[in-house]
Amino acid sequence: MNAEWRWDFTFEILPKMLWATLNTIMAAGIGYAIAMVVGLIFLIGQRTPFKIINMINREIVEFIRSTPLLIQLFFVYFVLPQFGITLSAWVCGMITIGLHFGTYLSEVYRGALEGVPKTQWEACRALNFSTIYTYRRIVLPQAFPIAIPGMGNYLVGIFKDTPLLSTIGVAELFHAATAVGGYHYRYLEPYTMVGLIFLTLSIPAAMWIRKIEKDVNLAQGKIKKEKV
Amino acid sequence: MSPDFFLIEKVLVSYFAFLSEHGPTMLLGTVMTIKVLICATLLYVIISIIFGLMRISKNPIIQGIATGYIEFFRGTSLLVQLFWFYYVLPFFGVSLEAFTAGVVAIGMNFGAYGAEIVRGGILAVPKGQWEGAFALNFTPAKRMRKIIIPQIFPIILPPAANLTVELLKATALVALVTVVDLTFEAKQINSITWLSAQCFGTALLIYYIISRFFLVPFLRWLEVLAARKVGKDKI
Repeated sequence: MNAEWRWDFTFEILPKMLWATLNTIMAAGIGYAIAMVVGLIFLIGQRTPFKIINMINREIVEFIRSTPLLIQLFFVYFVLPQFGITLSAWVCGMITIGLHFGTYLSEVYRGALEGVPKTQWEACRALNFSTIYTYRRIVLPQAFPIAIPGMGNYLVGIFKDTPLLSTIGVAELFHAATAVGGYHYRYLEPYTMVGLIFLTLSIPAAMWIRKIEKDVNLAQGKIKKEKV
Repeated sequence: MSPDFFLIEKVLVSYFAFLSEHGPTMLLGTVMTIKVLICATLLYVIISIIFGLMRISKNPIIQGIATGYIEFFRGTSLLVQLFWFYYVLPFFGVSLEAFTAGVVAIGMNFGAYGAEIVRGGILAVPKGQWEGAFALNFTPAKRMRKIIIPQIFPIILPPAANLTVELLKATALVALVTVVDLTFEAKQINSITWLSAQCFGTALLIYYIISRFFLVPFLRWLEVLAARKVGKDKI
């Protein structure tokens, strides 16, 4: 086999790859939106005063967090039809990514809520604020900047895990690369291009998140939060 | 004698039949998964120490190499790297076996994440320790080896433990480059028998058991050990 990079081939497949990139971005966006909601549900499960619900919630989160996303994808994709629920690969992929990263996001939310000093709660109690008012006006605005780095990391994390969706046949970037590579029997250009596209998208995204983090911290007047 | 009772019994019996037929195959796959886990963990620990040290080097070239490496491997997806190692490297005359490609890809990917942890750990060692070593006229190498490195373990082990659990999950991906591990076996059995719930459910359970009852307790034990070594038992 020869290792020559063929530019004509590169430009021939470039439009196809860029279209598929849109699918990847869409998958990451939808997956992230679901994950944010699922994370909220797990967070509520964690904070309800019922011990049994807490325990069940924790076990579910532990289980989802310590098993591979790949097998979870297979599980959802192959097992649900046996119970009469036939979903498209897209829907399965989105549900699984949402569930998987929802557990991570619930931890981020929890850490952010616990990062708000307890005295803030006590002050609100002293001022006779209702729980909802306390959350809305006092706690959440302070928890938000703490949550941003973690939430941003998982956005990039979801983006980088979308290639797994190709294994159940979601037509995203990696799937397109495999298809093109198989058709022309040249894998050098497609796979390298996938890597480069990922790089050009995820590095600016990471920088952008770092900038937001700084802006929010500035706006909140606590720029001097030390990071280890 | 309700119908529900029979249902549960039927499910259990069919599951045990499934286990007795396909359990040994899955166990073989599990052994391979553990092999990949151990090899990749060793590789990633070595890489993260080397690149973590390079990252804090004052030499701009060495630091640049490390930064480039870390940004590259953290910026692209592990699956893409894995396929690149397995399907593209042969174009350059380097043919890796599936197992080697899997271990190398996972090790290098997680090494990039680990390097950042090591860098953070080194920078988190109190400044007085650096100054003390400087005052005692230690050479930079000796300062690192004798003073700084032994103190970073309690700092870096908790995040490194998280990363190692992630690594266990990532080993599932090597099935996609034809390494015959647990995931591969589960897929294989699924395509023969179409008992999806049983085979993928079992695979999920095995991963969970490895992580929850073997890997995590071992890593916790390491954390306690490291904390005791530097006299910080009560973390």
